[in-house]
Amino acid sequence: MKLLKVCAVLGILVALSGTAYAGQTFDNVKAKGFVQVGVNGDLFGFGKPDEKGVWRGLDVDTGRAIAAAVFGDANKIKFIPLTAVQRFTALQSGEIDVLCRNATLTLGRETELGLDFAQVNYYDGQGFLVSKKLKVKNAKELDGATVCVLPGTTTELNVADYFRMNKMKMKPVVIENAAELYKAFFAGRCDVLTSDASQLAGARAVAPKPDDYMILPDIISKEPLAPAVRHGDNQWKDIVNFSVLAMIEAEDLGISSRNVDEMLKSTNPAVQRFLGVTPGNGKALGLDEKWAYRIVKHVGNYGEIFERSVGRNTPLKLERGLNALWKNGGLMYSPPFR
Amino acid sequence: MDERHSPATAVQTRRQAAFLSDPKVRAIVYQVAALGLVGLLGYYLFTNTVANLHKQSIATGFGFLTKEASFEIGETLIDYSAADTYLKALAVGVLNTLKVAFIGIILTVILGTFLGIARLSTNWLVAKLAAVYIEVMQDIPILLQLFFWYSFFYDILPAPREAIEPMTGLFLSNRGVVFPVPEWHPAYGYAAAAFGIGCLAVSAVRRWARQRQERTGRIFPVFSVSLGLLIGLPLVTWLLAGAPHRMSVPELRGFNFQGGMSVSPEFGALLLGLVIYTAAFVAEIVRAGIQAISKGQTEAAMAIGLKPGQILNLVILPQALRVIIPPLTSQMLNLTKNSSLAVAIGFPDFVSVASTTMNQTGQAIEGISLIMVVYLCFSLLTSLFMNWYNKKMALVER
Repeated sequence: MKLLKVCAVLGILVALSGTAYAGQTFDNVKAKGFVQVGVNGDLFGFGKPDEKGVWRGLDVDTGRAIAAAVFGDANKIKFIPLTAVQRFTALQSGEIDVLCRNATLTLGRETELGLDFAQVNYYDGQGFLVSKKLKVKNAKELDGATVCVLPGTTTELNVADYFRMNKMKMKPVVIENAAELYKAFFAGRCDVLTSDASQLAGARAVAPKPDDYMILPDIISKEPLAPAVRHGDNQWKDIVNFSVLAMIEAEDLGISSRNVDEMLKSTNPAVQRFLGVTPGNGKALGLDEKWAYRIVKHVGNYGEIFERSVGRNTPLKLERGLNALWKNGGLMYSPPFR
Repeated sequence: MDERHSPATAVQTRRQAAFLSDPKVRAIVYQVAALGLVGLLGYYLFTNTVANLHKQSIATGFGFLTKEASFEIGETLIDYSAADTYLKALAVGVLNTLKVAFIGIILTVILGTFLGIARLSTNWLVAKLAAVYIEVMQDIPILLQLFFWYSFFYDILPAPREAIEPMTGLFLSNRGVVFPVPEWHPAYGYAAAAFGIGCLAVSAVRRWARQRQERTGRIFPVFSVSLGLLIGLPLVTWLLAGAPHRMSVPELRGFNFQGGMSVSPEFGALLLGLVIYTAAFVAEIVRAGIQAISKGQTEAAMAIGLKPGQILNLVILPQALRVIIPPLTSQMLNLTKNSSLAVAIGFPDFVSVASTTMNQTGQAIEGISLIMVVYLCFSLLTSLFMNWYNKKMALVER
């Protein structure tokens, strides 16, 4: 009898382990009825719930755009907060469908980690946040400093490279939980907090005394932040990729959440194709023809989500900079939607 | 077939039946079958995992160990820089875990023994204080205690430039505790060697003293002679080598203190948290061990004229240790395993370094198996040592 039970349990285990990677993500998402998005959870401006518990931020809105494209409802989504160390494993193991968690696109991650990165949704660079009391003017004066840094990030590697290249010494303090790390930094455990400049702005915005801290002018790395999916799932990658691109293209075409209904009547063929008045794009992606319309209607164009998440009227006060449209001297550029 | 069997076949059938109904044989058959199934399952899971990893084009294998780690580690016992390999980074992590476990176990046993005895004290205040400590510390989760001690370091203590200096050269700041240490000189090496020789001499003296006592009944003052050997020998060596006494005194240069020796807030908080938490459990074990010895034994020992120290050493402890050692071993293991909570407060222990490695290389399965193997080794080694000690301490029945 006992043996029978053991056999049954073993059988179930075997059956379960086989299904882990079966099926395409898109089919799984449709069957589930919602998209599972891995987000930061602690990063003001990118992924953090506000005081009412509503998720806010650029990455969060990117996730909502995907949900709007797939389901026509930006709220058919489940956010899973992940630390930097957990994020890729969560994606690899199928715990989430897409990772929108300010992850830097690198060659190693694209290949050895088995990830596929979609269109960059924020061009960032690594900087240093210091207390004004230290009277440091630039990063070259940081020799011997204690540096607070998140483990498992490209940031951690860049800062080691930078100090090594400039023959300076550093003492890292690495805490996996970003909130704990920022707390330690603002309590004075470290001289410097290093991260992507946008994150530093986010950390400073929620600091006890934001005016006591300054971001040094040096930017020591390129950090293209992009949503990621599992390698080899081409249809899902296309959907995620074009959901981000749709927000950029909408801004480029002058379509916003406010005027999108009027734009349906536009005579511009590019706008007609984009909004699905002229069909074709939706079918090609395996979605219905209104997918891009719904992204703009429910979430907004790229300029809108930028301004409400991290723009000049938010505590982060970030300029568009590299994230402006290509027409305005930035890097945001979408291929034609045809 | 008709019902007639030849006698030989009948015997054979009966023998077969007997063979299968023999509980011993059946037990073996079942066990072999179960083992085979588990083996098959393991093989299936392994090949399935490898196939899936391959399908997702995730790198596998331990080749990453020889690649450049290119991340810095805050505290290292051996020379390490970002240019070293992942293997060396992991070695740094193992040593850091060993450091905190080793120092932690020693302090825990001392503090726990002290508390356990205090709880049995006849002094009402001492006993109650110990009882309150034990009950409170056992009930607060270790992770909360770690966060408390860590924030104690960085929230309450000032920045290095305003460090508190309670004694000349001793600085308390949110970068930790810095204190002066003697500057390195070969004389300290000689003194350490002399201490080793002292240890050997002490064990020889003890054996000789015991034999002499058994032969002649005369008691040799082993304790004071041992103390003299252990302290005197290194001291004399140090004096003969010229008594160097230059100190490396910490001073504030740039962002932080240079020179001297420092205990980082992360290490300090981890050590404090682990010791204070685990000592509460050890105290109860010690108390149980002492209470397991009936009072009659103490009275009997007193009746034959033994001194209190002798009663403890010759009567109580040998019996109490027998009760204390096995649960004490499991507390030591707990302390070692709990040290992996270091991740939460940023001490670069093995788990912290391994999880950074996992994240940078993306090889989670290899990383997790390394973590499991290393902790298994730690635990087995601790158990082996404690089992040996237990056997040595067990009562030899005559």
